[in-house]
Amino acid sequence: MFDWLFVDEWFPKFDWRWDYTWEILPRLIEATGNTLIAAAVGYLIALVLGLVFALAQRSQSRVLTFVVREFVEFVRSTPLLLQIFFIFYVGPQFGITLSPWVSGMIAIGLHYSCYLSEVYRGGLDSVPKGQWEAAIALNMTTAQTYRRLIIPQAIPPAIPGLGNYLIGIFKDTPMLSVIGVAELVHTANAIGSETWRYLEAYTIVGLIFLALSLPAAVIIRAFEGFVRRKLGM
Amino acid sequence: MEDLSGFPLKMDGNTHPMVSFRKVRKAYGSLVVLDDLDLDVAAGEMVSVIGPSGSGKTTVLRMLMTLEKINGGVIYVDGKPLTHMEKGGKLVLAHDKHLRARRSDIGMCFQHFNLFPHMTAIQNCMEGPVQVLGLSKAEARDRGEELLELVGMVDKKDQHPSRLSGGQQQRVAIARALAMRPKVMLFDEVTSALDPEVIGEVTNVIRKLVSEHNLTMLMVTHQMGFARDISDRVCFFYGGKIEEQGPPAELFGNPQRERTQQFLSAVKEAI
Repeated sequence: MFDWLFVDEWFPKFDWRWDYTWEILPRLIEATGNTLIAAAVGYLIALVLGLVFALAQRSQSRVLTFVVREFVEFVRSTPLLLQIFFIFYVGPQFGITLSPWVSGMIAIGLHYSCYLSEVYRGGLDSVPKGQWEAAIALNMTTAQTYRRLIIPQAIPPAIPGLGNYLIGIFKDTPMLSVIGVAELVHTANAIGSETWRYLEAYTIVGLIFLALSLPAAVIIRAFEGFVRRKLGM
Repeated sequence: MEDLSGFPLKMDGNTHPMVSFRKVRKAYGSLVVLDDLDLDVAAGEMVSVIGPSGSGKTTVLRMLMTLEKINGGVIYVDGKPLTHMEKGGKLVLAHDKHLRARRSDIGMCFQHFNLFPHMTAIQNCMEGPVQVLGLSKAEARDRGEELLELVGMVDKKDQHPSRLSGGQQQRVAIARALAMRPKVMLFDEVTSALDPEVIGEVTNVIRKLVSEHNLTMLMVTHQMGFARDISDRVCFFYGGKIEEQGPPAELFGNPQRERTQQFLSAVKEAI
């Protein structure tokens, strides 16, 4: 009765071709470079902007605090994919035409900076009030206190959280494929549409992501230990 | 707005006290912590502040360090208003810039040391002089080492605070405060967080400062014996006011007020 469900052609045979695998591997490795560059640039933007947003939310100016907080909430409550599309496709209507790479980096950097600002905020809040009082007793300015005392102490406890988002941003880079950034998934798509073979390309891409994500967590933990030792904490 | 016309814009001559609280009021909501407090400390004088918890004694130091905003009255340091500034011939509440200019005369040590944990002892001592006073690193290092020598911590100068005992941390904190060359030093229960066996190493440093340096000092303490030994004057605080004050021998030996007697006998029983 349900014979029609089991039509053979719906279940093509598992057919992995090694010669084809070796043929496409160089292109995928090249694309891995692009993925890593996209993740690294996006993350650097997020690291800097995230700190700026976190500090802005602690500023004395209520207006600045309000605007930044609402902006962060807005970005965190809308999909990254939409933000990528918006910057790339809607930007030109406002006279802002950006290349896929630039739009992608802005979108992903901005998106993650909003998440990182929350991590920084936690770290900044964890610095004891006594540090501020000691800084006042030494007559330091607010800027000096942040730069010399508060931020250096806020970073080590924030590293695990910051590190999680590094892995997150890395795994979100495939979203850039929708505007034509030649990262891993975009390249795998291109390979597949050329030959109608998707198995090898997608499998390798998955393994590459796995191989890079897994050690990252270990490296981040080691890095946290290193920073804490370096700061004598 | 508070009428401050009765307060002088500056105090005259060379006879003015180093620190002067004039009708200082501090309240958190309806809780009055300091109630029209008048307190003068002469240059070079060592004044101890004692009293039950909640009597406002720590608030005195925190207001002088400008860690708390003033709700009434004026505090003068070295004859000039600290909490207020002159504007059109009148005193108005000081803004940050004025506070920064005026509080450079004051240094403070805290109950919980508040050393910078990511810096070594010498770096803690160099931070203020380099960043705030604009000293070169070499100058600041010389000054820091000299002061760490004074507090007996020069051999630990490259240790981070986490590697030091409480008494050692507090001694570094004293050196850090002195490195700013303040005219007035504030000690806020600096031995309260210490293990009994290391209290002596901190009090000895303060003793040395009293005998060898001409600093004006205000100290909040629970160490009655120590206060008695080294103070020129002891103030007993109760309910946001000075209940009684006088030379230590008199205040401890022959307290006049009932609350002072109660407090001192309660403290004695605790020992």
